[in-house]
Amino acid sequence: MNTKTLDITSVRKDFPILDRKVNGKPLVYFDNAATAQTPKQVIDVIVDYYSLYNANIHRGVHALSQEATDLYEASRQTLQRHFNIKEASEVIFTSGTTHAINIVASGFSTILSSGDEIIVSALEHHSNIVPWQMLCEKTGAILKVLPMNDHGELIIDAFDDILSDKTQLVFVNHVSNALGTINPIKEIISKAHGFGAAVLIDGAQACPHIKPDVQALDVDFYVASGHKMCGPTGVGMLYGKREWLEKLPPYQGGGEMIAEVTFEKTTYADLPHKFEAGTPNICGGIAFGAAVDYMNSIGFDCIAAYEQELLDYASVKMKAIEGLKIYGDSTQKASVISFNIEGIHPYDLGSILDKLGIAVRTGQHCAQPIMDYFKIPGTVRASFAFYNTFEEIDALISGIEKAKFMLL
Amino acid sequence: MTIQEIQAEIVDEFSMFDDWEERYQYMIDLGKDLPLIEAAYKTDEFIIKGCQSKVWVHAGLVEDKVVFTADSEAIITKGIIAILIRTFSNQVPSDIISADTEFINKIGLKDHLSPTRANGLVSMIKQLKMYALVYQTQLN
Repeated sequence: MNTKTLDITSVRKDFPILDRKVNGKPLVYFDNAATAQTPKQVIDVIVDYYSLYNANIHRGVHALSQEATDLYEASRQTLQRHFNIKEASEVIFTSGTTHAINIVASGFSTILSSGDEIIVSALEHHSNIVPWQMLCEKTGAILKVLPMNDHGELIIDAFDDILSDKTQLVFVNHVSNALGTINPIKEIISKAHGFGAAVLIDGAQACPHIKPDVQALDVDFYVASGHKMCGPTGVGMLYGKREWLEKLPPYQGGGEMIAEVTFEKTTYADLPHKFEAGTPNICGGIAFGAAVDYMNSIGFDCIAAYEQELLDYASVKMKAIEGLKIYGDSTQKASVISFNIEGIHPYDLGSILDKLGIAVRTGQHCAQPIMDYFKIPGTVRASFAFYNTFEEIDALISGIEKAKFMLL
Repeated sequence: MTIQEIQAEIVDEFSMFDDWEERYQYMIDLGKDLPLIEAAYKTDEFIIKGCQSKVWVHAGLVEDKVVFTADSEAIITKGIIAILIRTFSNQVPSDIISADTEFINKIGLKDHLSPTRANGLVSMIKQLKMYALVYQTQLN
């Protein structure tokens, strides 16, 4: 199969923000792992929503409400198709990945009992650690950690040692936000299922690069964020197998999530509404679908191939810089480079790069356990998207050289 | 000199620089040059945690004046600390409590003093004032 090649000039025209200047320099945006930029195709959908059919959904009899409802539900179906989800009702709109994880964590508080075990990977974002710690405090369950090696890869052999009949749940990210490692989730899911444990995969960092097939993965829960995928902030997705979503209690009470309410008893609405209490982020939900459509119009094969080229190009150039150390050098990596320069604090390097119009992330990336593992205060993280260019990587390289000259 | 006079002096010094690079280079040099705190005080007791970089602050009273020493892992942060210490140290507590840090905006370093920057500097200034408040109470 021929993979179409990416037309970078035309792609960049889709992103108005890429034309702006920062500190008098052309913006070089390498903080894509924190939030991706929004193409005009998605911005147009947001503007259209508020210009043409802003109305509350699922309850109106009037035309605007119906139109908004249709678009919102069509977006749900877009997500269903994209992730190869069996039924649209297994797609729960959330405010983001964190919200989605919390729905599951909170739900499991009614299922877990003292002495049960849950496993979290050493590569997790705080948002995929803290809710489980809270869950353990509440239920008396025990949190175990799947360790990683010096390459920033999970040690799968160690998984066999900590998995047991007591394991109820396993949580792993598909791609590490701090290091970019792509985790072998299919293997993890299959091993966990061997012990009857459910698996939640945090896809926040994977979805901008990879098109996951939740049925092929046989994953129990998969979560994602709209804003990492060229969509707006404040919207995300929880996918859960119907059997699990039916088992979990609702997360919040309110309108929309009920079937019948009397003062004696409330019966909950069917999926997906059971988990969508209150007026949702309607515009965000619609725009999330538009963002997924946009990314598919570029093509994930095409995106992955181009980003791999960017990653390879940047890796070679960066390794040639004296004193530069890259953290996480797995062969299975998304287009993320987490690094430090010997003798330079990440904050200083990030501050100088910002003055040069280059946006990178510095700090612990909400993954303090990973920083503790490497015994470093943090890293500088450059994350590339399909609208970045080789010239921008050259600008980063000369920015790093300049910062070294100033700081050392 | 009063805090205001020192701050005016710093603004004057920075006005000689043409661009950000010269300003930053000056701060980096300030950060490099100054041994700001005794190693004994670079402990968790004196730490101010910022997500981006740690800051340590120590204070002592010499006669009626507060003497501050501080340090940071990040050199730009350390340079700003050097500037702040220059204005606040060796001053009487009441002057420290009532002083502001507007001059930081005038020398083009506003970004680094943003509460969202999480580099510990905003908390550090609060801490300097807290120390001054404690010493003020002691002196009274």
